[in-house]
Amino acid sequence: MKGTHRLAIRGVVLVYLAILIGLPVVFLVVKAFQHGFGPFWSQITQPEALSALLLSVEVAAIAVPVNAIVGVGAAILIARHNFLGKRAFDTTFDIPVAVSPVILGVALVLAYSRIGWFGAPLARVGIMVLFSPLGITLATMAVSLPYVLRSIVPVLLEVGTEQEQAARTLGAGRLRSFFQVTLPSIRWAVMYGITLTIARTLGEFGAVLVVSGNISGRTQTLPIYIYDDWDQKFDVLGSYSDALILALMSVLVLGILAVLRKRERKLRVDLA
Amino acid sequence: MATALDTQMPAPSRSSSRGPSGWRRLRSKLALPLLAGGGGALIVGYLSLIVLIPIAALVSHGFSLSVTTHGAGIEFWRWSVSIGWKTFWSAVTATGAKQAIILSLWLSLSVAAINAVMGVAIAWVLVRDNFFGKGLLEASIDLPFALPTIVAGVVLLAIYGVDSPIHVDLFETWMGLMLALLFVTLPFSVRAVQPVLASLDLESEAAARTLGAGGLRTFFTVILPSLWPAILGGFGLAFARAVGEFGSISLIAGGIGRTTTASYYIYNLTQGFLWTGAAAVSTALLLISLIILVTTNVLSRRFQKRTL
Amino acid sequence: MSISLSHLTKHYGKTHAVEDVSVEITHNSLTAILGPSGSGKSTLLKLISGLESPDTGTVTIDGEDMTHVDPRHRDIGFCFQNYAPFRHMNVAKNVAFGLKVRKRSSSEIETRVKELLALVRLEDKAKSFPSQLSGGERQRMALARALAIEPRVLLLDEPFGALDAVVRQELRQWVKELHAQMPVTTVLVTHDQQEAMEVADQLIVMRAGSVVQAGHPLALYESPATNFVHEFLGPSTMFLGEVTRPHDLELVSVYDGTAKGRIASIVSLGFEAQVTVELSDGTTTWVQLSRNELSKLGLRVALLVGVRRRADADF
Repeated sequence: MKGTHRLAIRGVVLVYLAILIGLPVVFLVVKAFQHGFGPFWSQITQPEALSALLLSVEVAAIAVPVNAIVGVGAAILIARHNFLGKRAFDTTFDIPVAVSPVILGVALVLAYSRIGWFGAPLARVGIMVLFSPLGITLATMAVSLPYVLRSIVPVLLEVGTEQEQAARTLGAGRLRSFFQVTLPSIRWAVMYGITLTIARTLGEFGAVLVVSGNISGRTQTLPIYIYDDWDQKFDVLGSYSDALILALMSVLVLGILAVLRKRERKLRVDLA
Repeated sequence: MATALDTQMPAPSRSSSRGPSGWRRLRSKLALPLLAGGGGALIVGYLSLIVLIPIAALVSHGFSLSVTTHGAGIEFWRWSVSIGWKTFWSAVTATGAKQAIILSLWLSLSVAAINAVMGVAIAWVLVRDNFFGKGLLEASIDLPFALPTIVAGVVLLAIYGVDSPIHVDLFETWMGLMLALLFVTLPFSVRAVQPVLASLDLESEAAARTLGAGGLRTFFTVILPSLWPAILGGFGLAFARAVGEFGSISLIAGGIGRTTTASYYIYNLTQGFLWTGAAAVSTALLLISLIILVTTNVLSRRFQKRTL
Repeated sequence: MSISLSHLTKHYGKTHAVEDVSVEITHNSLTAILGPSGSGKSTLLKLISGLESPDTGTVTIDGEDMTHVDPRHRDIGFCFQNYAPFRHMNVAKNVAFGLKVRKRSSSEIETRVKELLALVRLEDKAKSFPSQLSGGERQRMALARALAIEPRVLLLDEPFGALDAVVRQELRQWVKELHAQMPVTTVLVTHDQQEAMEVADQLIVMRAGSVVQAGHPLALYESPATNFVHEFLGPSTMFLGEVTRPHDLELVSVYDGTAKGRIASIVSLGFEAQVTVELSDGTTTWVQLSRNELSKLGLRVALLVGVRRRADADF
């Protein structure tokens, strides 16, 4: 490829990425610290911000393990077994990701809140879905559903069943074989999926926004707090500061993912 | 052989490892199907709870589905199902809704197209080019994917917003919306194409060159055809993502008028407690996305058959 | 421990992988199941191991009916074609796995693992991971792992298929020596007839799911039951309508041969030569000669020669 062509393409790409990603990120940092470190710090340590962060973490603490376990179980079913309706089963996991989070939020409200199908019976038992952490948790579990599953299935298929067969001939039962052979052989993929899930649960916005109602002073996760700061209170510094925190978390997540990818590759050295 | 193993193998207590009694044998035979079936049932229950039932409720409300029972409840053949087509249709064709849907569609199509082109260019640079700082580039591609969408909105408005340091204010403009959508869909377009490009057979390109083809011709006749399925796949993913995008849009979109996307419109309906309308427009959007997804899947598969 | 297979059948949908196979494997023998790919040999091995269940028939090990017994309880050692190492465990832990399942004490495990690693000459790789080993080393580890549980039967599924020629040779010899030292009823599946001939004292030839012939390797080589066995076990050529070994033919003067023809080509392979002869009846046959014979006869292409069976040929 000609030298000038190469430079031209490189140039176009660099300019595009600078406009789209580079400059905005730089200016986020600039804006967050535009009044110095002090105001930045006080913004992120405001009690409302901290309780929003706490709620985000609590919701993640439920959503991530549940989706991890479901992901592992479903992955084994999909990769190792054949059953009627497997294709539909597999596709269902992709629905929350293919659909707008706002639509998911509306769907959850129409299913479980008082104006929806099960709202009345649920309310009688004292379960409130709309405007509550329960609803937020449900929404978060839905949007972060398939990441663990999708990370694991290709690895399960690639690793194959020979190691488990070997374990069987050596006397291992199903449980031992699962915990000592199957799970370790996919552990980096599981970590990868869990990391993606964590990032997704901490960052979820649209579905949670719909489910948590529009009362100011509503139950807020951190993303909603950022939105309210900007949209309702016009407190841009607050938004910039907390957005930076979440952005840093994303960068951390990317770093972890890169490390996990390398570890996985080391294990996967061609064993032919 | 270096070392002779002491061949005095002690007779181990084999009795414990021989065939177990009939009951234990039966139990271990049943264990797997029971576990798989039970686990599967639990998972299906979970899926129903958070995905299937809500979507069903959404579509049912969207079409104002109502089931009336005549006579005793169990005799379902006496039930009549009524679908509120009129309500659905009026909600979907209300001016605001129509505008919003059309805006979302053409925005998403354009964004998917732009990033399809840029995706190939970026993948090219990442795979075939080398320069200082390329690693940083590689890592930054995933940033829009890992970043919470609301943060993406804040990030973009930091420089392109109302108090823009470079005096480019894209607040409440369709350019701003487009920028946000380009941002969030970029990783899909790039990562769809990159691995395919990386695994391309360099030899067929070399062959083309020995036969006299120049760089551009080689690209269009040898490389591009093999990339089509991946490009189409990336287009489909980017489009679906763009249609549904909300977080980054929510800060840029304007209330009424030319900058309300479909998702923002639905959100506004929910703020006004107009749930049936929200359900109707949501259902319409779902159907449109489904059609586009199926189309791109079919097209990409057809292209796949043509390539080796 | 002797193995007795009786009327084993295994179908996968329309594929008849194993069809009515009955075979006896003697105690402490090294038996090779030989056949082309698709002949059902791997399936047969899996049936013996219990990793697959037969549709009909029985598997009897040492007098006990094991047909429906889980592989866990059959006391067999199994080596896979791609070694199936536990990638996340180091070599020592891999070998120790079966012993841990059997709840042996850690000191006992440690001693035994050391013994086995010394046996397979991997002592200095105890802490290495499978991804750091070569193919041959991985296979030796797999063997050590299988032997650790003192199995009564050792099953090897094309254990040397993925290795290069030199390593394959070495391991082949080594397995033979190991078996001589530590006799365990061993069954080896392979498609390499040279390997089977070198290593086994009992040979079972399979084709399309059935056993074609079974017995001592030399017996099969010298008295093949069918043309397939003849051709599979060694070089063969057609001479006067019969399948014959090329080294059982010799070249003589036109008048002394049972058939005559012209030499079409002479290929010298260093230690031996292959001479192709176009016979007068239109067929082509080839004869294998030693280097000495070749130089003595002074052959050249297009020469008229006679071909006949050697007097000392085995029929």
